[in-house]
Amino acid sequence: MNASSRSPVNGKIALKHGAGGRAMRELIRDVILKGAAPAAFEGVGPDAMDDGAALRVGDQWLVITTDSYVINPPFFPGGDIGRLAVCGTVNDLAMMGATEPLALTCAVIVEEGFARADLERVRDSIHNACREARAAIATGDTKVMGNGELDGIVLNTAGVAFTRRVVTDRALTPGDRIIVTGTIGDHGLAVMAHRHELGFDAQLRSDVAPLNALVAAALDAAPDGIVAMKDPTRGGLASALHEMAEKSGVGVVLDEAKIPISDEVRAASELLGIDPLHAANEGKAVIGVRAQAVDAVLAELRAHPLGRDAEVIGACVAERPGFVILDTGFGRRLVTEPEGELLPRIC
Amino acid sequence: MSEPRAAGLRFQDPKTARRMADALARAVGEIGRAPVSVMHVCGSHEQAIAKYGLRAAFPLGLNVIMGPGCPVCVTDLPEVDEAVALAGQGVRIFTYGDMLRVPGTVKSLADVQAEGAKIDVVYSIGQAAQLARKSAEECVFFASGFETTAVATAAVLLANPPANFSVLSAHKYIPPVMEIVAEMPDTRVEGFLAAGHAATITGWGIFERFVERHRIPVVVAGFEPLDIMAGLLTLVELIRDGRAEVINAYPRCVTREGNLRAQQVLWKVFKPTGGRWRGIAHVPNGNLRLRDEFAAFDARRRFTIDLTKLWDYAPPSLAQSCVCGDIMGGIASPTDCPLFGRECVPDNPVGACMVSTEGTCRIWHQYGGHLNLGEER
Amino acid sequence: MCLGVPGKVISVDGALATVDFWGVRREVRLDIVDEPVEPGDYIMNHVGFAIRRIPPDQIGETLALYDELLRAMSEDDLMAADVRGEINATGEKKRV
Repeated sequence: MNASSRSPVNGKIALKHGAGGRAMRELIRDVILKGAAPAAFEGVGPDAMDDGAALRVGDQWLVITTDSYVINPPFFPGGDIGRLAVCGTVNDLAMMGATEPLALTCAVIVEEGFARADLERVRDSIHNACREARAAIATGDTKVMGNGELDGIVLNTAGVAFTRRVVTDRALTPGDRIIVTGTIGDHGLAVMAHRHELGFDAQLRSDVAPLNALVAAALDAAPDGIVAMKDPTRGGLASALHEMAEKSGVGVVLDEAKIPISDEVRAASELLGIDPLHAANEGKAVIGVRAQAVDAVLAELRAHPLGRDAEVIGACVAERPGFVILDTGFGRRLVTEPEGELLPRIC
Repeated sequence: MSEPRAAGLRFQDPKTARRMADALARAVGEIGRAPVSVMHVCGSHEQAIAKYGLRAAFPLGLNVIMGPGCPVCVTDLPEVDEAVALAGQGVRIFTYGDMLRVPGTVKSLADVQAEGAKIDVVYSIGQAAQLARKSAEECVFFASGFETTAVATAAVLLANPPANFSVLSAHKYIPPVMEIVAEMPDTRVEGFLAAGHAATITGWGIFERFVERHRIPVVVAGFEPLDIMAGLLTLVELIRDGRAEVINAYPRCVTREGNLRAQQVLWKVFKPTGGRWRGIAHVPNGNLRLRDEFAAFDARRRFTIDLTKLWDYAPPSLAQSCVCGDIMGGIASPTDCPLFGRECVPDNPVGACMVSTEGTCRIWHQYGGHLNLGEER
Repeated sequence: MCLGVPGKVISVDGALATVDFWGVRREVRLDIVDEPVEPGDYIMNHVGFAIRRIPPDQIGETLALYDELLRAMSEDDLMAADVRGEINATGEKKRV
């Protein structure tokens, strides 16, 4: 075995390359982005690997983002693929500071044999989520593929929105505080328990929700106090913080006792031997805030139903740039990114 | 909501843990030489030490070595190969989560899953038997784990399992390997922290003869932060005082005679046989295999498992630089391995210690066991 | 390797118990536990099987054992504790 055959992206693409962690970033950097023409616009482009792009248009920024959604099972406690597809894109816009979606697009690719009733259910939840997010689908596309050529249903959504100020995921500086807008791990554990038929009787529900109103309130409270945002989706809080710390060149120290985790998620994580920091969220934001703006932002977040469990969970330091350190109360340890799909650790 | 946790089952008070850490530092200091080396033989101990950041609280003079305590890690290549071959023969395989990525000679179960083999991860063998009952296919449970987990396998085989269900046992039995570590010529181990949940089954009494034979103390410990700190403190005190004894520091789960019912279930179904533990040695009585009475449920006897296709493959050359055996024997640390963090990463493991979430290298890679995180206490 | 999680028994149906793990309930098999298990009992779960009924008095005994360990330490070395107490500011050394 030579070195190249063990490089992160081998001859074949593996599931881990879509898992949201380091392997995926390497795939994007080493394969997807290779040879791309340089961006002909001023702003945040694909090299930034942020939640979306931001293009200068007059005195504003046009934020644009796209995402494809595949989830097994398509219906899960707390949501479904339709709600996920709207919220995911709305949230990616919001994380760039663009909280008023101008329009979304929605492409539906469906497998031959998929039940019409299920498709109607997905459609309804797309529309409901749009209403919740005050977003509208401007155009779409529909394809049907043969039986076995795809697993049920795949959705793709894109979104555009204007903003006066772009918030990236790379502007943390030492002394900034890290806020998370609510309990973590809910989506990941809910889907996992459901998928593996673990026989859990618990209120494990996905947190999938549109965050644009919550984020708008926080931005209004401290227009210059919020310096970085990211939604901790695949890869969980751990991956989101790693990416932010790495890109910003700061270390992040977390206080474990402050990280909001529901009893259900904590219990399920313990039973399965999974770190809740590795589990996906679909309705939470990680926000980097200047120390002097913390109280204002936190108060505003907590006043919103989607932010009532918001907490300051840590702070940025100059030491150990790119590292995320967890103070457990007993000692400190490194937080690492999940590698590959999360599996129940059981035996 | 946290009332029952607070009622005492979690033993997670950081202040008490820090006082224990102070006491531990004192006891190590009283021994008057460094390092004092102890070994735990349970991956779950390492997992808990890492999860709670306890290593940062250990005194510098205390070397807590991770022993061969991860049955996923010590599952031998041919055992994985058997499961991979069976999957290739069209049999539906059930297994525990982290067996999926364990590399065999050529492939892991994850590799054949990607090629279309039917492999399902389950939380419990009970769940696998239920799924088999609903299926018309041949279903094999690839069973890993120490005696604690083997008891669950035995219980399912005694409870009228479906006729299309069988077990490919890679179960291991811990006590014999402790003998091997204790007899290793280079061993620096001065005391053992024994695995609380394995001892819940076997009882702490089985360590008495071990202690007599090797004149080395054993402390049975649980898995909450205070359990681990208290276990280490007790062990270091025994070393300091020169007392070769067994102490049970996990009395809420472990008794002298253990869980007799579970032992009956275990030995009714399994017999110990010698076998290779990956990276360690041939361990006499270290493997648990199904007794003849359960031949019908023994995948090895139910199927012809054809491994001849693997004979063309030499072991991967990288694996020869892997020091897993020395790491699990307590002679080396992950950072002593030339592959650690370079060719061998959790995503692309060479050795077994990087495969399992309980593997020493995986845990060091994940939690930075080698880094001083500059705790300001 | 044996990931064990304690839980509280909610109900028992033959060889099956419903156990609350403080947020998640799951069925746990009682085939191998060596004592009768009743609602309200604590058990140690491993891969869906109860391997031990945790006697309630043992919880207190464990705490007592740990106190004993620490008391032995502090009596041994009151001097050092005093010094450390001063360094750590008041209150630290008074904690039992």
